[in-house]
Amino acid sequence: MNNVVIMPIIIPLIAGLIMILFRQNIRFQRFLSILAIMASGFVAVILMGQIKGKGIQTLQAGGWDPPFGITIVADMFSALLLLSTSIVALFCLIFAFKSIGKERESHYFYPFYLFLITGVNGSFLTGDLFNLFVCFEVMLISSYVLISLGGTKIQLRESIKYILINVLSSSLFLLGVAYLYAMLGTLNFAHLSLRVAEAGQDGLLTTVALLFLMVFGMKAALFLFFWLPEAYSAPPIAVAAIFAALLTKVGIYAIFRMFTLVFYHEPQITHLIIGILGALTMILGAIGAVAYWDIKKILTYNVIVGVGFIMAGLASFTSNGIMGSMYYLIHDILIKALIFLLGGTIISLTGTSKLKEISGLIRNHPYLGWMFFIAALSLAGIPPLSGFLGKVFITRGTFESEYYWLGGIGLLTSLMVLYSIMKVFMNVFWGETHLSKEMEKGTTKGLMFPMGCLTVLTISLGLGAEGIHEYVRLATESLLNPKLYIEAVMGGSQ
Amino acid sequence: METLMSILVGLFFSIGTYLVLSKSLIRIILGTSIISHGVNLLILTMGGLKKGGPPLLGGINTTFTDSLPQALILTAIVINFAVTALFLVLSYRTYKTLGTDDMDQLRGMKDE
Repeated sequence: MNNVVIMPIIIPLIAGLIMILFRQNIRFQRFLSILAIMASGFVAVILMGQIKGKGIQTLQAGGWDPPFGITIVADMFSALLLLSTSIVALFCLIFAFKSIGKERESHYFYPFYLFLITGVNGSFLTGDLFNLFVCFEVMLISSYVLISLGGTKIQLRESIKYILINVLSSSLFLLGVAYLYAMLGTLNFAHLSLRVAEAGQDGLLTTVALLFLMVFGMKAALFLFFWLPEAYSAPPIAVAAIFAALLTKVGIYAIFRMFTLVFYHEPQITHLIIGILGALTMILGAIGAVAYWDIKKILTYNVIVGVGFIMAGLASFTSNGIMGSMYYLIHDILIKALIFLLGGTIISLTGTSKLKEISGLIRNHPYLGWMFFIAALSLAGIPPLSGFLGKVFITRGTFESEYYWLGGIGLLTSLMVLYSIMKVFMNVFWGETHLSKEMEKGTTKGLMFPMGCLTVLTISLGLGAEGIHEYVRLATESLLNPKLYIEAVMGGSQ
Repeated sequence: METLMSILVGLFFSIGTYLVLSKSLIRIILGTSIISHGVNLLILTMGGLKKGGPPLLGGINTTFTDSLPQALILTAIVINFAVTALFLVLSYRTYKTLGTDDMDQLRGMKDE
């Protein structure tokens, strides 16, 4: 029992609720939202220390013994993701201060932003399947509001489709919950894992596992990503960045949780399918990224490639592969936010997202150019930046488990990613400058700070990978050894 | 009883799917609503439709009903209620702003 575990859910929730009362006082809302996000990041750091020292931390709500009560569990995997979430949320929030606009601010932008973080944190911490559904919905309803807030034509058109897709996939999620409850009589992750291990994972359970793969794959944009490119190009920059950084990651987290803790008995079926879907995702995403001449499209297709790559690590199901996925997941959260912020700044400066109409920005914006260059290299996984280590470990993992094709596709798509993002860099920053300072549609004033911080983070995450190695190793260990999780949750009541 | 419920759930799903596949936005929203009702009934059925008293200690009942599916459905209904309300409001706004509720005309191809 440890009450700190629930703090990352409570803090943003309460801060968001308080903010609703102060609709007109934007200064107060900004201050409180920064405070809340920093506080939840601080709690994540405390949790990481506690988990490292004393093992996985749990909270049984109301003191009800599992599996009867609601369980909140924090293992190292969740804690690492919580910390990255807080960091990215903080910088996107600072970016939003300058870019989101007065109208949106006074129409509850900050409360919904914090509710989104509540849902994301909740999904990372929850210890049972139904609460995962609830936290997903908290996150999704906030994201529906954020994507449509402002009510421009493209936002309305895309948010309708985004909501429709997610409502249907939520229904399928509940369908899976119902089948699982019928077969196993429980919804607690640890208890589910025990029951599956006792009863054996037969064909029916594997089918249900694949249903869950489909549902979470829809959220994570694993193969079923058809909704993503357009939905992510509709909202304002800060919102698109936080979506790209976090929303797909929650789906990825759920897939990792289900397929390392509960459905790990038939890897030759489930994990092979994950591998195939990951490979297809990478290929199709990379083709999309290479094909378009539109910044927004290129960036959104890069989100899809990242998802496929992380899944390749899970598909290999070796300690190297999973460790690589952990590294890459943390890197991906940071870098996707950074590259979306940079791309969005370019679009707001030039007023267009078509590559062929932009050129020579580096003359007036050298820092923006170099940051984009670093982010592009990091995205493609060039050493010593943060993407490299993850790529090495994932590729090693896939080779160890003899999925050579998967590792090969991963490396090939990395090249395509590098090409697509360098295409953006060269077109936007090189060449003739035909946009003088006075003709620019927007400004970078106040926007450089959050982007600079994220750039520094991606460099230091690459150079200082030793520093988080111990934490990543612990996360991998707890994922590959479900007994640790089960013992921490079920304790003496097994 | 379980068989009857299963047939009912199947019926809900087929009606819902039919509506979701239509062109008009309002029919699509009604379709998602009907599908989620089908899911709720499915959760109820999956818990087993046993007859019995509430699961209280010291009661005189010897058979108990499982209360968990009902708790799950209650939560799911509330969430579905909120999402449907939001969806309806947003579709009304879309209709006012874009002047159409035909999904064919809402395809996002114009800006490419």
